[in-house]
Amino acid sequence: MIEVQHLTKRYGPVTAVDDVSFKAERGEILGFLGPNGAGKTTTMRVLTGYMPATEGKALVAGYDVLEQPVEAKRRTGYLPETPPLYPDMTVFDYLTFCARIKGVPRSERASRLQSVMEKTQITDMRNRHCAKLSKGYRQRVGLAQALLHNPDVLILDEPTAGLDVKQQNETRRLIKGLGGDHTIILSTHILPEVSQTCNRIIIMNRGRVVAVDTPDNLNARLRGSETMYVQVDAMGADAEGTLSSIPGVTRVSLSDRHDGSIGYEVESEAGRDVRRHLASSVVSQGWGLLELRPMRLSLEEIFLQIITTEDAAGAPEAAAEASRE
Amino acid sequence: MRLEHPRPRRRPAVSNILAIAHKELKGYFASPIAYVVIGLYAIMFGYFFYALLLYFDRQSMQMAGLGGAQPVNVNEGLIRPVFLNTTVIFLFILPMVTMRTYSEEKRSGTIELLLTAPLTDFQIIAGKFLGAMGLYAAMLAVTLPHIAALFWLGNPEWIPIVVTYLGLLLMGGCFISVGLFISSLTKNQIVAVMATFTVFLMLWVINWIASFMGPRAQDVLNYLSITDHLDDFTRGVIDTKHLVYYISFISFGLYLTMRSVDTERWRG
Repeated sequence: MIEVQHLTKRYGPVTAVDDVSFKAERGEILGFLGPNGAGKTTTMRVLTGYMPATEGKALVAGYDVLEQPVEAKRRTGYLPETPPLYPDMTVFDYLTFCARIKGVPRSERASRLQSVMEKTQITDMRNRHCAKLSKGYRQRVGLAQALLHNPDVLILDEPTAGLDVKQQNETRRLIKGLGGDHTIILSTHILPEVSQTCNRIIIMNRGRVVAVDTPDNLNARLRGSETMYVQVDAMGADAEGTLSSIPGVTRVSLSDRHDGSIGYEVESEAGRDVRRHLASSVVSQGWGLLELRPMRLSLEEIFLQIITTEDAAGAPEAAAEASRE
Repeated sequence: MRLEHPRPRRRPAVSNILAIAHKELKGYFASPIAYVVIGLYAIMFGYFFYALLLYFDRQSMQMAGLGGAQPVNVNEGLIRPVFLNTTVIFLFILPMVTMRTYSEEKRSGTIELLLTAPLTDFQIIAGKFLGAMGLYAAMLAVTLPHIAALFWLGNPEWIPIVVTYLGLLLMGGCFISVGLFISSLTKNQIVAVMATFTVFLMLWVINWIASFMGPRAQDVLNYLSITDHLDDFTRGVIDTKHLVYYISFISFGLYLTMRSVDTERWRG
């Protein structure tokens, strides 16, 4: 449904997107994750035909966005970072105008408008001027605009930015519901958002794709070892020694200390479950086992890990670039 | 490709252009711009008309007193000077009409909506041009009651009047196409309005130095002057020379706008 091949976009000497390739199948929800300036918006703008790429190709629903822009755009709905609303227009007038320029036939216009307004819950606001809408409603009107012509592909640039928690959840649910019918690409820097809504994640940094995978796989890929959190009441005894003598345990480090009890982080070889051993050896010492739980890397940690290793690798290059400018 | 999706029907370019033009025109009337522009023009035109009417009145009295052989022609003596004199008002007013066409869309980000909708650049530009022309036509409509009054009181010839309006529309089209182009160059409306005004003024006065130049340069400068071409229209003469000038001027302005929008895309 979406295919991007070796896409590069340069603004003068600055390379915003550098040799990016990826694919999205029908019905998939793809999350773009990355720090500000990673090239997410630029990639999206190329896909929507807002700007041409310097090199490479982008296909939407089988149409090259540069060669057959009108055909590609007909099948794309786009919500830019700032919803493109005309302040002087009412919500209804605005959506009518959008329907006209997106080629929704006159006979279907009223019903499309109605269904899109219901889906995005903006029906009460239909006669309100866009200038007077709250941030949450602006975002929703922007989303409604993107859905109007029932496009195959939806491209949403930070759809939940600036919304409160309740609205964010509603928007995510809406987006999730839209997947299946539409192929969706959304960008965000809110990490739980991608793991909740997306089937696949593309992590971008400094214009490059640094990882493409499902949230689960990304998690597994980065866990070279298993980490357990153990809290024991060892009554002053040396628990650390005992814990590190358990077979399979590679490292024990002190995590926190409460009155009487001590928490440890216990790392073990990957794929080896040491929980039973841990529990029995603590209990056999006559200590109290207060807590035992696996520590998963959160998406946040994965993200930081990927970005930092990437940055460390790219640092000399960046320094050289900086000195040249 | 799934078939149950209602595919948007292919719509002719004209309806896209009209959609944009309609939006533009509505935008003018939703903001104070349309009212200010039409109001200012109505006041100025009214004053010019009154002043020239007084002058015309005195002149025809004098002619009558002298027992003039023929009565003064209303078309030549009043209508033509009124329109020729009031064209200067457009110099000030039209930059206000065109300043926001692109600048505002760029500033507010709505340009992203237009450029990612299934429209061609030409459709967007033509729509914006027609929208501005619509407002300009509304301004010209303000002059109709004055002309109607002349028909009621006297009997002017109507053909030169219609031709004059045609000339005025074409002349305004030139200004608007230049204004569109300048607006497409900047996000800042003040810059747009000042630059447009300057270019209009230059086009207005470009032949003032003509009489000091050699014959070749003189012809070129006279040809470039926008207002010079209006003269024959106000006499009721449609000369292809002037039609070609105005139409190619408008096309060139719109072409420059297209190039500018396209360049902007590449630059990002």
